[in-house]
Amino acid sequence: MTVLENTPSAVLVLAVGVLCGTGVYLLLERPLTRVLLGFVLIGNGVNLMLLVAGGRAGASPIVGNAPNDEPMSDPLAQAMILTSIVITLALTALVLAVAYRSWQLHGHDEVADDVEDRRVARQAALNAPAFEDADATETGETLDEEAAEVYDEVADDDPDGQTPGDAPTDTPGGAR
Amino acid sequence: MTGVWNVETLVPLPVLLPLFAAGLTLALYRFPAVQRIISVTALAATTAASAALVAVADSGPLVVDVGGWAAPVGIDLVADRLSALMLTVSGIMLLCVLLYSLGQGVAEGDEASSGRVGDAIPVAIFHPTYLVLAAGVANAFLSGDLFNLYVGFEILLAASAVLLTLGGTAERVRAGSVYIIVALAASLLFLAAIALIYAATGTVNMAQLAERLPDVDPTVRLALQLLLLLAFGIKAAIFPLSAWLPDSYPTAPAPVTAVFAGLLTKIGVYSVLRTQTVMFPDDERVDRILLVAALLTMLVGILGAVAQNDVKRLLSFTLVSHIGFMIFGVALATEAGTAAAIFYVVHHISVQTALFLVVGLVEWRGGSTSLDRLGGLAKLAPVLALLFFVPALNLAGIPPMSGFLGKVGLLTEGVRVGSPLAWALVVGSVATSLLTLYAVVKAWNKAFWQTAPPEVATEGSVPRGMMLPAGALVAFGLTLTVVAGPLYGYAERAAAASMDGRSYVEAVFPGGRDRGTGESVEVAGTSGERDPADVAGGERP
Repeated sequence: MTVLENTPSAVLVLAVGVLCGTGVYLLLERPLTRVLLGFVLIGNGVNLMLLVAGGRAGASPIVGNAPNDEPMSDPLAQAMILTSIVITLALTALVLAVAYRSWQLHGHDEVADDVEDRRVARQAALNAPAFEDADATETGETLDEEAAEVYDEVADDDPDGQTPGDAPTDTPGGAR
Repeated sequence: MTGVWNVETLVPLPVLLPLFAAGLTLALYRFPAVQRIISVTALAATTAASAALVAVADSGPLVVDVGGWAAPVGIDLVADRLSALMLTVSGIMLLCVLLYSLGQGVAEGDEASSGRVGDAIPVAIFHPTYLVLAAGVANAFLSGDLFNLYVGFEILLAASAVLLTLGGTAERVRAGSVYIIVALAASLLFLAAIALIYAATGTVNMAQLAERLPDVDPTVRLALQLLLLLAFGIKAAIFPLSAWLPDSYPTAPAPVTAVFAGLLTKIGVYSVLRTQTVMFPDDERVDRILLVAALLTMLVGILGAVAQNDVKRLLSFTLVSHIGFMIFGVALATEAGTAAAIFYVVHHISVQTALFLVVGLVEWRGGSTSLDRLGGLAKLAPVLALLFFVPALNLAGIPPMSGFLGKVGLLTEGVRVGSPLAWALVVGSVATSLLTLYAVVKAWNKAFWQTAPPEVATEGSVPRGMMLPAGALVAFGLTLTVVAGPLYGYAERAAAASMDGRSYVEAVFPGGRDRGTGESVEVAGTSGERDPADVAGGERP
């Protein structure tokens, strides 16, 4: 019985590395579309990884189809890759829908700040004790609205300068 | 598969019934009344099938080879004690939450004219998605194959993302996008782990992995195990992988949050349990990492809860915190520890879901979930107060409720193991329980006892259609105390079977034979003359 040589091809391994590396870089970006591209790239990288895991290419894995001495490819790895491609497609559609909705609502598709981030920022600005409900303060905006407005790419548009780092020092109740 | 109806027929039902019902409800989206009937029937039947599985699986795991191809080649569904128990509890929970959401939908239909539609659920999308979620959950619990587990995860991820962003309001899109990105990252890690495991062992079947992983080089095995645990840890919201949870859950409609809180993290815990017990041989280094993670999860989670002023967010943080208890039990890597963890999962699914449902009622009645804008509900809605009080104390672990029993099991085993880390966990658990009590009592004092602020309407009632399912779930949580003896015994048998792993492997490969030795190589090598029947379990000399 002929056993396929299982040493992975260096080109494939490098491709996996490059795809996953660029994917991670994009995944760390703020706009959803870039995150999505990152997801697709890593997804392809991981699929290639599955392909590498299945060993080298051989004849098509249909019993009775291959010439007698030629080894077949591993069909299981291919089945898994096909499944995961379909899943990636579905999830891509899902993320695109969310990105589009976000663009409809805010005119951009950046992932907004965590509400907790906003709370910390607001309380730092007010220098208020933590046990008061930050949503009840007088700014009139809920944390969610505020989170939606504060975003990275156009930092100058920040409406009232309430970025997490620059808490005003002369706010009411600022006794330390 | 000869087409004969036998007891194995039960196994795929929890996946198939909701999935078919989802298709039906989608086709019948114009007829909400029919949709409701289909959903309720499907979930009730699923729960009944799961309950039957609990009884049957007690005498040994049931295995179904989907598509008629036997285990390492085909995909198998395995219903052992652990899976059956999880399925049943989640079935009961899914059914209660569905009834609750129907009550809410009906009530909100009435209220729509008066402008109170804040949480309205578009029913046409809700039912199919909810059923797909149920199918994904069942698939994850039943899967005997890592890749099928991944598919189950993806099914419920897609469904949960839709449920989380129902209606597409600004805050839900914000919470939903964070949730989706984190879940996608976890999925990619999981898939990468699957690829590497396949490269190392040539299989993704859990039973076969149980046989082959002990022979893998320990360093490689450690890397594989940690990668899997990383992916499951994100799903289960184990600190430091938990930051996404308290931010994304509270914005969803109350029933959706309740399902997520009750189920989704538990699937992560379940997968961690399977990884640690069935698939991978015991590795002290990993146990130690998990113990530390469990301790930090408990403490960081509960400190987050104490600082919250919104009931939903407070409960989300207690959810994270109590995941720590389950991981504690698993990481002890003893039978009693695992048994306590299983019991705790069952308890926590019921109690956390009940609490979120009741908070949905509080929001309905009081008009807010912020503790500063609530008050006086104990006088205004005494039944509601009772419904909150009971599961809240249960969560904190007040005797004789099930939370107490689960914690006693964990603490006893922690003390028995007696390593310094186990003692640290014991102390951490007690501190966490006390802080949980503090957090829920704070919520109780503010929402139910303090003088009602003017925003809270003095007149008004909670729809009975929402009250009854929530009450049923609270009662179910109390029933767990009554049946704690048999249930704990069942959890112990489930834990023993998992720790041992032999019965699981034997059920998948009857006769204890690893039929797929070198499968991936063999496929490559045997070329033309291989008969599929041979692989699919034909006899060998």
